[in-house]
Amino acid sequence: MTTATESILKQILESSTPAYFEAGNEGRKKALAQLSEIGLPTSKSEEYRFTPITKALEKKFTWTSSTPALSTISIDSFLPAIGDTHRIVFLNGRFSKNLSQLEGLEPNVVVSTFDAADSKTKSVIQSLLGTISKTGDAFAAMNSAFYLEGIFIHVPANTQVSKPILVLHLNDAQEKQVIAHTRLLVSIEKGSSLSIIEKSDSLGTEPCFHTFMEEMMVAENATLDYCKIQNDAGAVHQVSNTFIAQADSSRVNTFTLTLNGQIIRNNLNIQINGEQCESHFNGLYLVNGNTLVDNHTVVDHQKPNSFSNEMYKGIMDDQSKGVFNGKIYVRPHAQKTNAFQSNRNILMSENATINTKPQLEIWADDVKCSHGCTTGQLDEEALFYLQARGIPHASAKAMLLYAFALDVLSVVKNENLKAYLDQLISERLHKNF
Amino acid sequence: MLSIKNLQARIGEKEILKGINLEVNAGEVHAIMGPNGSGKSTLASVLAGREDYEVTGGEVEFNGKNILELEPSDRAAEGIFLAFQYPVEIPGVSTINFMKTAVNKIRQYRGQSPLDAVAFLQLMKEKMKLVEIDQSLLSRSLNEGFSGGEKKRNEIFQMAMLEPKLSILDETDSGLDIDALKIVANGVNSLRSKNNATIVVTHYQRLLDYIVPDFVHVLYKGKIVKSGTKELAKELEAKGYDWIKNEVALA
Repeated sequence: MTTATESILKQILESSTPAYFEAGNEGRKKALAQLSEIGLPTSKSEEYRFTPITKALEKKFTWTSSTPALSTISIDSFLPAIGDTHRIVFLNGRFSKNLSQLEGLEPNVVVSTFDAADSKTKSVIQSLLGTISKTGDAFAAMNSAFYLEGIFIHVPANTQVSKPILVLHLNDAQEKQVIAHTRLLVSIEKGSSLSIIEKSDSLGTEPCFHTFMEEMMVAENATLDYCKIQNDAGAVHQVSNTFIAQADSSRVNTFTLTLNGQIIRNNLNIQINGEQCESHFNGLYLVNGNTLVDNHTVVDHQKPNSFSNEMYKGIMDDQSKGVFNGKIYVRPHAQKTNAFQSNRNILMSENATINTKPQLEIWADDVKCSHGCTTGQLDEEALFYLQARGIPHASAKAMLLYAFALDVLSVVKNENLKAYLDQLISERLHKNF
Repeated sequence: MLSIKNLQARIGEKEILKGINLEVNAGEVHAIMGPNGSGKSTLASVLAGREDYEVTGGEVEFNGKNILELEPSDRAAEGIFLAFQYPVEIPGVSTINFMKTAVNKIRQYRGQSPLDAVAFLQLMKEKMKLVEIDQSLLSRSLNEGFSGGEKKRNEIFQMAMLEPKLSILDETDSGLDIDALKIVANGVNSLRSKNNATIVVTHYQRLLDYIVPDFVHVLYKGKIVKSGTKELAKELEAKGYDWIKNEVALA
């Protein structure tokens, strides 16, 4: 660790609320020790080589002042137009009961903050928290040590949650910086299904640093649809650590859309612990300006006969940077695994960059795996073809980019959500690229 | 309608057009023939506004407007259509959507209101018959996986949709069997009127049996070296291009 990194880590450790680390908070204590042991990533850390988040934390944030709680705020303009949903709202990293809407959930579905849960639920939370999120990531440890508030969602067996649950994070950075750590623990029992849409936004232009941690357990024959929308034009620095564990015959579809932000790092970790599982995880990043978006994904096939398919696409303009790292592990027992990965990128300017790296580690011998990554420019010949038919340059460009990007949406099943995302992508390409 | 005066163009350092003069009036069909590398496709591309070529001299007026100043899309909106020798495959964009955008962008340029879905569909159905193209093909990604014949028919379908004043067919016969050639030629012929004009760029006389030109020009080394009627095309078919080359060499 460099001296600067040490000093900021020291500040972060000292800024902690002592009450967090009293007796009964063994988890937080352990995480704190882990964070201090791992340290913050530097440019020499393999997993953060291209993502100077620690530098940004050093330069832009003060750790001595705490982020104020926010009693209320108008959230209307941040709600996605995706029809009727349940709603969980976080303001400056704290759950807002007033702004959340959880009436009408199916019987026995639990949505509760960790603190407000009844004693039975608390013990369930205790038994699940941290079980699938073993990682060496400093920001996962930081989140585990410092999360302000956690939400537990429990879907009992054979329950189809009909409306999606929207998790909206809103940070008020109008007057001062925001530092927030939030957590989501989701357990979907046998034969059940749930759709979660997570969206983060901020007000103002002061810097925001937000770590997210999601732990989602998908039991036998259950389905999880998870969509993450990162379209916050503020001075946003985010690190997400998403852990999904799949049991036999479960299905998981994830979609990560990144349109804005300063530094956005998404760690998506999918553990296929069952047979006959199906996982689709797609992502799209359309970035410009100085945005850096970094998607690190891991899919770990531990059991035989499952299928995973990953497709990430990116369009980068101006000085924006993209990073993609996709790991596929196929463990010795995971025979008959089908695992596919692709990452395709278009660079729109000479100053935009992409660092892409597929990493396949396969110990089983009877598997079908493939990966591919491409990086190119917009097809000039296609652009001329469209123009020669009367479509002006800007529209022709948007049309081609849209066509390039669109198939990642195939993983989104909810038609309202799909239409909303489609609109978001199309508008973005027509206005900003 | 189209007046080309002393047009010169190059790609990189290479001079390709070295002073083209050509007048095309409404109602006429002009064929431009010539050996490979003579500049035929370059001329077609320069007229449509392809950026790879740099115009180094001369003028091109289209209905009184200097089109060399215009963006390719504006040239299309003014009524120039280039049927590509190699139509581009564009995954993710269906011909229908593409044409709807094109038709309405051109209407917008001309100050007309956009066609609604019903009117567009009607127009499309009408034009589909003309080139015997199936709607299922048009719902697919533009030209992706199309056969050579399907691509060329799609070009003529687009031409029918956009109703250009000047159509430039760049080697439209290449890669077509005789049946496809007839369908494409029929499409072109039925779109001919006294108000529009056609330039047919071709290496072979074959296409000209079906799209009969009023004038035939031979392009060689970046210049039009000989002009005549459809008889000239027949002569070229019989004798090849060598006698023209010799004539040029002697002159």
